[in-house]
Amino acid sequence: MKFLNLLDSLTKVEEAHPLTAPTSRRAAFGRMGDIAIDLAKVAVPFGIAAAVPTTASAQGTTRTPIDVFNFALLLEYLEDEFYRTGLSSNGLLSGDTKTTVEQISKHETQHVAFLKAAITANGGAPIAKPDFDFTAGGAFKDVFTNQQTFLAVAQAFEDTGVRAYKGQAGFLVGTGGLLTAALQIHSVEARHAAKIRRIRGLKGWITGEQGIQGVPATDAVYKGEGNVMQLGLDASSAAASGGVSRDRVTEAYDEPLTTKEASDIAGLFIK
Amino acid sequence: MSFTIRKPGEKSGSPAAFAIGKSRRTFFKKSGIGLASAGVLLAACNGDDDEMLTNETVDLGSGDAGILNYAYALEQLEAAFYDQVLKGGYYASATADEKAVLADLEAHERAHREFLKTAINSVAKAIPDLEVDFSTINFGNRDSVLGTAKAFEDLGVSAYNGAGMLLKNADYLLVAGKIVSVEARHAAVIRSLIEPGNPRAFAGDDVIDNNGLDKARMPSEVLKIAGTYIKTKIDASNLPS
Repeated sequence: MKFLNLLDSLTKVEEAHPLTAPTSRRAAFGRMGDIAIDLAKVAVPFGIAAAVPTTASAQGTTRTPIDVFNFALLLEYLEDEFYRTGLSSNGLLSGDTKTTVEQISKHETQHVAFLKAAITANGGAPIAKPDFDFTAGGAFKDVFTNQQTFLAVAQAFEDTGVRAYKGQAGFLVGTGGLLTAALQIHSVEARHAAKIRRIRGLKGWITGEQGIQGVPATDAVYKGEGNVMQLGLDASSAAASGGVSRDRVTEAYDEPLTTKEASDIAGLFIK
Repeated sequence: MSFTIRKPGEKSGSPAAFAIGKSRRTFFKKSGIGLASAGVLLAACNGDDDEMLTNETVDLGSGDAGILNYAYALEQLEAAFYDQVLKGGYYASATADEKAVLADLEAHERAHREFLKTAINSVAKAIPDLEVDFSTINFGNRDSVLGTAKAFEDLGVSAYNGAGMLLKNADYLLVAGKIVSVEARHAAVIRSLIEPGNPRAFAGDDVIDNNGLDKARMPSEVLKIAGTYIKTKIDASNLPS
């Protein structure tokens, strides 16, 4: 129940109120100026004043930057605890793979701290870390005893993270440094995803909707990845692809997940 | 689908794409704040041929379309590079895995370049083909090729990360986001190819900071770095900032 409430609050989508939004949004972004200063002290490349956003997001709905960052925090909590648990599980990881996971784990811990600081600096309250079940109710029983299972779940988390951040970016148009920071985390998740995929013997990029072999539970992670329509154009058409094959066109673009899609995936791992 | 190679001194681009009447005075005024780099500026001011100067400088334009043209310029650079890589001596003797990676990268960047050109032309005017200068790259040498690939991919990631906040249209931001994470995947894979013995190379401490953040660079900084490989003069002074 606690988990459902949490997801409810995280996925809450405010309807845009054309008459009142500008004021409240301006107030919200006024606080963005504070973060530019506060976080500059910890050597964050903020420092460009936030602009007043021109329109609500393309979806016609809006989420505040606090909503977005708390949602990101949930995903980072998930990844952070996952890798820390994996690293402390005796005999699970070894050699270069363990070193790689240490590097990823370090970043996820940094992301949690960064997002909490950003949320607080903007007058928000960081959500508490939920309790996780990384077996997803028993679907991944050996996740912390079998390196292959662990890496498969890691891949699902990283590719989900990339898609989830992308889906939130539109809500941060006009927020200056906050959007930049979200993008800077987003590309780190993509580096992680590529590396885990390569360790697993796959391409670093996603072809079509190719999921994780033998793990249908992760299909939702790749649903929609085969999209080739970009800005209303068919990016796989001869003119817009330069003759590149359709499969490779799908690889060339990572697709977003909506808040709900990403929440549903995360929800599988929340008690 | 090749980039245009011209001899030094030849005109590049289509004059119609620029403000022909742009005076040298305006040029100087703008160059002080926004031109790609001092080196580019000096090169552009050599000689006394005003017409050449205006014709050969590619103006990225302003607003969201300007940012898309900026992205298009970078994708032109990357696509041209991988096109040469696939024709080079290193690629011919590379391992099967390295070949597969580089062939994918070439295809992805070509797709990005052609898509951006098409997309920009549907709402504004895409910049012409840029003239590249790869004279510092040895396409027969693995270290040279992969080192340049790493530099371009990391640069691309930082460029998209920095330019996102300059976009006003959420749809454009989304497309930029779809592309940048693929560039980051490229960067990670290339980095590991270069340093197979370093399991942290894919997202090393040289590129990810203590907050776990990747680099973000503004257009002026990116173009200064990319300028080494682009012969065409680029005027970024009208981009949003």
